Amino acid sequence: MDAVLALENGTVFRGKAAGAAGETGGEVVFNTSMTGYQEVLTDPSYAGQIVTMTAPEIGNYGVTAADVESRGVQVAGFIIREQSAIASNWRADGTLREYLVAQNVVAISDVDTRALTRLLRSSGVMRGIIATGRVVPEELVEKARALPNMEGADLVRTVTCQEPFVYTPPADDDFGVVPSRAGKRRLRVAAYDLGMKYNILRRFAAHGCDVTVYPAGTPAATLLETKPDGVFFSNGPGDPAVLDYVIANARTVIESGVPTFGICLGHQVFGLALGARTYKLKFGHRGGNHPVKELRTGKIEITSQNHGFAVDPATLPPEIEVTHLNLYDGTVEGLRHTNRPVFCVQYHPEAAPGPHDADYLFAQFLDAMERR
Amino acid sequence: MPKRTELKRILVIGSGPIVIGQACEFDYSGTQACKALRSEGLEVILVNSNPATIMTDPETADRTYIEPLTVSAVEQIIARERPDALLPTVGGQTALNLAVDLAEAGVLEKYGVALIGASIQAIKLAEDRLLFKDAMRSIGLAVPESSVVKSMDEAMVVADRIGYPLIIRPSFTMGGVGGGIAYNVEEFRTICERGLKLSPVHEVLVEESVIGWKEFELEVMRDHADNFVVICSIENIDPMGVHTGDSITVAPALTLTDKEYQRMRDAGRRIIRRIGVETGGSNIQFAINPADGRMVAIEMNPRVSRSSALASKATGFPIAKIAAKLALGYTLDEIPNDITRLTPASFEPTIDYVVVKVPRWAFEKFPQADRTLTTQMKSVGEAMAIGRTFKEAFLKAFRSLELGASGRLLGQRVSEEDDVSLQQALGIPTERRMWAVFRALERGWSLEEIHRLTKIDPWFLTQFQQIVELARSAEAVGARDLSDDLLRDLKRAGFADADVARLAGMDEASLRERRREIGLTTVYKRIDTCAAEFESFTPYMYGTFEQQCEADPTSRPKVLILGSGPNRIGQGIEFDYCCCHAAFALRDEGYETIMVNCNPETVSTDYDTVDRLYFEPLTFEDVMAIIDRERSAGGEVSCVVQYGGQTPLKLALPLQNAGVRILGTSPDSIDLAEDRDRFSKLLWELGIPQAASGTATSPEEAVEVAGTIGFPVVVRPSYVLGGRAMAIVYDTAALDRYMRFAVQASPEHPILIDKFLEDATEIDVDALADASGGVIIGGIMEHIEQAGIHSGDSSCVVPPFQLSAAHIATIRDYGRRIARALNVVGLMNAQFAIKDDVVYVLEVNPRASRTVPYLSKATGVPLAKIAAQLMVGRTLADLGLTSDLEVRGSFVKSPVFPFVRFPGVDTLLGPEMKSTGEVMGAAESFGSAFAKAMMGAGQHLPQSGTAFISVNNRDKAAAVPIARDLARLGFSLMATRGTAAYLRAHGIQADIVFKINEGRPHVGDELLNRKIVLVINTPLGRDSFFDDKTVRSVAMLQGVPAITTLTGAAAAVSAIEAIRHEGLTVKSLQEYHAR
Repeated sequence: MDAVLALENGTVFRGKAAGAAGETGGEVVFNTSMTGYQEVLTDPSYAGQIVTMTAPEIGNYGVTAADVESRGVQVAGFIIREQSAIASNWRADGTLREYLVAQNVVAISDVDTRALTRLLRSSGVMRGIIATGRVVPEELVEKARALPNMEGADLVRTVTCQEPFVYTPPADDDFGVVPSRAGKRRLRVAAYDLGMKYNILRRFAAHGCDVTVYPAGTPAATLLETKPDGVFFSNGPGDPAVLDYVIANARTVIESGVPTFGICLGHQVFGLALGARTYKLKFGHRGGNHPVKELRTGKIEITSQNHGFAVDPATLPPEIEVTHLNLYDGTVEGLRHTNRPVFCVQYHPEAAPGPHDADYLFAQFLDAMERR
Repeated sequence: MPKRTELKRILVIGSGPIVIGQACEFDYSGTQACKALRSEGLEVILVNSNPATIMTDPETADRTYIEPLTVSAVEQIIARERPDALLPTVGGQTALNLAVDLAEAGVLEKYGVALIGASIQAIKLAEDRLLFKDAMRSIGLAVPESSVVKSMDEAMVVADRIGYPLIIRPSFTMGGVGGGIAYNVEEFRTICERGLKLSPVHEVLVEESVIGWKEFELEVMRDHADNFVVICSIENIDPMGVHTGDSITVAPALTLTDKEYQRMRDAGRRIIRRIGVETGGSNIQFAINPADGRMVAIEMNPRVSRSSALASKATGFPIAKIAAKLALGYTLDEIPNDITRLTPASFEPTIDYVVVKVPRWAFEKFPQADRTLTTQMKSVGEAMAIGRTFKEAFLKAFRSLELGASGRLLGQRVSEEDDVSLQQALGIPTERRMWAVFRALERGWSLEEIHRLTKIDPWFLTQFQQIVELARSAEAVGARDLSDDLLRDLKRAGFADADVARLAGMDEASLRERRREIGLTTVYKRIDTCAAEFESFTPYMYGTFEQQCEADPTSRPKVLILGSGPNRIGQGIEFDYCCCHAAFALRDEGYETIMVNCNPETVSTDYDTVDRLYFEPLTFEDVMAIIDRERSAGGEVSCVVQYGGQTPLKLALPLQNAGVRILGTSPDSIDLAEDRDRFSKLLWELGIPQAASGTATSPEEAVEVAGTIGFPVVVRPSYVLGGRAMAIVYDTAALDRYMRFAVQASPEHPILIDKFLEDATEIDVDALADASGGVIIGGIMEHIEQAGIHSGDSSCVVPPFQLSAAHIATIRDYGRRIARALNVVGLMNAQFAIKDDVVYVLEVNPRASRTVPYLSKATGVPLAKIAAQLMVGRTLADLGLTSDLEVRGSFVKSPVFPFVRFPGVDTLLGPEMKSTGEVMGAAESFGSAFAKAMMGAGQHLPQSGTAFISVNNRDKAAAVPIARDLARLGFSLMATRGTAAYLRAHGIQADIVFKINEGRPHVGDELLNRKIVLVINTPLGRDSFFDDKTVRSVAMLQGVPAITTLTGAAAAVSAIEAIRHEGLTVKSLQEYHAR
């Protein structure tokens, strides 16, 4: 079946349907990871976004239940160059196509994804529609223009959990990285689920933490009442600036003096809570190869990235130290409060997909919790 | 962190001659390293014995030594130059081994030379398989079970413990020489015995077989601050059991989940740390059990490698250049990424295309060789192709091999093999296995069955099946019903026009027209290290069928240089060297230079070499598509075809017919020189003698022609390079056999028959000619072996060492007149033979020859560069070249052979070229230069001991003075009965030794007992063939020089004498050329 991708600037790509039939819309972004399409598909930070993979051969190793990052597929749509007809891997449960169909995800293949990526790079991310079957492209362009913008969108409400729950780690985690150390005692972490990837929970468990996960709208007092060793703010989708309820909770937690750690959206929320501003990047950072420098040691980490907004360093108060910088474009990748046990990173130390270089940050959080 | 400022002078060791396992990739990496070091203001001292390299151009280093890569030669260089440090990681295994030897001999310590890039300890840890395995276990990584043994007895015990099949790997041999796979005790004995012998430390590793497991490689880098990046992952389509150099490989890895890939990446980081490579690049191999994902570490190379060259070309990340900078103390984030300019080198390239590499073998040259692919590399070259999908890259790679459209993988309807032999061809890997896979798919065999036999991952097999299905659809619908959609699918899957045309039953030209009508034309995408995340400033491109083209051509006048494709015997690095020089010269002349090539090993495919690089197959379709694209912006496009060997020459006429301007000598002149009848007529008009000759299109005609000319005759097919299928025949029966079995003669492809000038002296000449009739002779190179041995396999010397002045004058005169008559503009190579005081012309090729780089090094004049200037209108007079070139000193070129890779293949030389590479020996006298060339080629001439002489009757008289000289030099002589009797009759003492079939102890025993240090053995004819062959093979395996011609023997004697009287000294090219 034919399929079409139409962008708000009028560009139309023709291809073949690669998932469920139908129509979908969202902000079109590109990801440069060469492996890990299943982790990308299931990452809640992609809510409301149509993702194109720059790697051309997708689906080769199929899908496996063990590699999901949330309950199911989170992207609004999927764009690829070439879809594998089979799943070739001992861990595979089925093919990518079967999975996309089962999860009702509209996808398009046979697209010149490099041309699309170059367009997004030069013109910035834009809204788009994927539709399968016989369609009128001009109408799709109009529909794309009518989609809501990512700026000002609270997408956290759509992905956060409904009820608090205690995380139970999988019995065996064959591919888990051996942590540099585990907690000296069991540590209790209270985590805000802003669209949290499962691997963050797996990494906490690997480091000897017991995690209770709370919906994004839970008042901070509820978490603090449980006297956690630390509080965590997760990754998640959309514009951080509109999350006033999360920002307010963050402020309360930070002021409480409890060790606090944030990743991605959590990092942006900290920035906002501490008085800084955030801004939208032209085409975001999505991939597994960005070099990030830890300023104190000068060490370089190859990082897993997925964000469209960033914290403006010029607006940071003096007590906040920039700890990590992106060597591609100098954007802020990490922050630390100089007189409270609070730190956060813009990138993804939990990887999945991507390199494990930054796993030490979990141990750093252990340090903060144990010092208390 | 600032760079290591204490370093001022760096010694770089090259990899020596091109051999199987070490080819142009080390010229690429070495040249990059030299450039990088000099750009940092360091002085570079370079040593390499291989003159056919860009790295040994005098401009590449401050001091260039073309000297043997031995401890004594390099020690002398160190003593003269006093470098601060030695960089051993860009010259392959050769440089690494030599660095270890220099350290162990105390040379580095004595002169205070630091080792940078890799420490001795790291080299040993990585190279010594046992230490490596222990190191792996110590960091929690699994390895195949194994033991190192030093004797057969120990080996048998280990074999019983681990169980078959077993892998045998000799310690410290390059490219796995002497290794293999044993499925039973008999094979195990044979391979172990050989391995123990070949290992310099007489040690082999016996290892658990992981044959059939998936095989992966990571190219990793680390800086002194412990920053670590993976540049590229490579997956071998041929699973474990086939050497990676013989495997079809793909980048990036395509069948690993992120979990598996990151686990491998973590292991890579732990390994490079544990081995202790503090700065630079390494290649790490892993195997994964497809059934349960168990991963084992196989090996690690703490240096740049063939795979790192491939990875550099595949990603656009210049590993060798960055490695050199890291060795100076830079960190990765301090070095910019050339391609994006704005981002640093501390990142991991991400690629939005697929790269496939396919090896090219030369088994046709070694019919007796075992074609089974094992852990010992046997291929001589490789082609790489890039496409947006695997199918596209794969089919492009196969057509890059130049075996016909798509390597004739597809639609070979007629296939003789029965199912049983097809099963065997799938189960036992040889160079034909991929063809067998396609045959099986065409026969409808299931993927499960093919997977069971080959263990090739089902993902790849599915891709192959899709290719077969597409081919079948094209065939089924035919030309008239070929829909636009199907045509588009075929082209997007990488089918060549030639494939589609043949499958659908139409001609290529109308298919091309049809494509143009529907707008289905090649577009070009850039290789940018970052999947388009950032803008790229380096026009490094590949062709594909997509929506958007990024070629962005300019309107400047431009020259397209056609490269030489995958290395093969007869067409290798020499031609790549010439292509690079064309690029350098034409860039200086103000042209935009554009390279087209598909060989990932080369300097020509370094994006730094030219203004624009197209990594594309060298077929008419692919080249013409580039020209069309480049013309679209208005710039005039000319083409250089005379530098890349036979590959671009084949395209000269079609390109010219398509209206492309060919620079330099016209395709018609090239054809005139190739066409036997036209050329004979020309020589007759010029009054220049040529050996009697004729052509034949049938066995009967051949016998008739030979009858007129008189035996012996040289026979060969027309239009071949490297003497393919060339033979000397002495009688009618042999001629008939040749015509019936060795070649397929036809009116379109006649067989050339020449009178063989027995015992003649052969001479090679390279000349330069301009459009105004100016000609200079670049050099007269006298062959050391007599006529009948392919010029590429002969040692030769410039200046000539025993030609008369009159003959030299005649040769110059003939060369000049022929160049003018052929209207040569650029380079011309001519071969002459002198017999009975007459100078004959053997052949003339108005194009770059294999000797151009060597002669350029000897004369100090860059012939290829000058010829390129002549092609665009300069005259020799403009360039100040008014007389024939002279050399100061004596320069010997010697060939290097791959026989050690092919046990059982005769080492005898003949008219078919068999050498893979060459070395140069330079000295003040011929003897010393020859001695150095022999040393460089790994033939260590003895100074004393017993020489064994066995020559045929025709050679007996000429052997006497050689034997006498050897005796005078203090050698004892040993000879077979006939030769000994003859020598004794001439007053020379020689002990008699049995031939191999005469009794024990025979000559083979004496060789094995290391009593014989030199073998002089000329062929005795068919009957004693086996005997001779055994002697030569044993000598080769024992590392005893075996000389098969008397002229070669005489040269060896003068070399032994020169070493004794003159000693060996070293001198840089810059000193030779100082005016």
